[in-house]
Amino acid sequence: MRVVVQEQPFDIGAETTAFAAGHKEMGAIVTFTGIVRDLPDDPLQAMEIEHYPGMTEAALTEIAQTAIDRWTLGDALVIHRYGRLVPGEMIMMVATASKHRKDAFEAAEYLMDYLKSRAPFWKREITDIGESWVASKAEDEDALTRW
Amino acid sequence: MDILYFAWVRERIGIPREQVETSAATVADLVAELRLREERYELAFSDLTALRVAVDQKLADFDAPLDGVREVAFFPPMTGG
Repeated sequence: MRVVVQEQPFDIGAETTAFAAGHKEMGAIVTFTGIVRDLPDDPLQAMEIEHYPGMTEAALTEIAQTAIDRWTLGDALVIHRYGRLVPGEMIMMVATASKHRKDAFEAAEYLMDYLKSRAPFWKREITDIGESWVASKAEDEDALTRW
Repeated sequence: MDILYFAWVRERIGIPREQVETSAATVADLVAELRLREERYELAFSDLTALRVAVDQKLADFDAPLDGVREVAFFPPMTGG
């Protein structure tokens, strides 16, 4: 398992290739990447992501380990950025490796659902109109109940 | 004990962290102490349903005990991913 919390961009191609290498017994690799999305009615200048150093790494490690145990994954990768990002930039990625694709897809969804509302990150949107903290969504909390 | 604040909680209180001498038995007791300090604390802690808490870097409830705890953090619901 690898958990990375960093300010600088990551290379999704290199990360995925490195993750997939060395898992000959795993038939499926699933990756998900989150991108800073522009706002159609109020163009986004930037998104600032704050986090809780120390707890962030611990929370991500715990979430990833739970996924590995539950879906008997061969491996899991979580990369999450913080700091100032502009629309189109990659915020985060997860990758899962399993023998068959169903487990890899499900585990990746699990990682995403838990990253949304159980990892200590806070997003702030900066637009031409002003700045505001992104509010959490009830649906993100509801998403956890299916696991 | 170190108290940390994140996101709009940090903005309302005006500092990211501080050291507090407290004999509060639970997180809720600590919140009650902080609210009495100044208006900015009262403002930040006025609606506990809008807040989350971590005790020694683990998510916890407001009734969590503080015996032996080194670090408590207050923040809004998380928005990762």
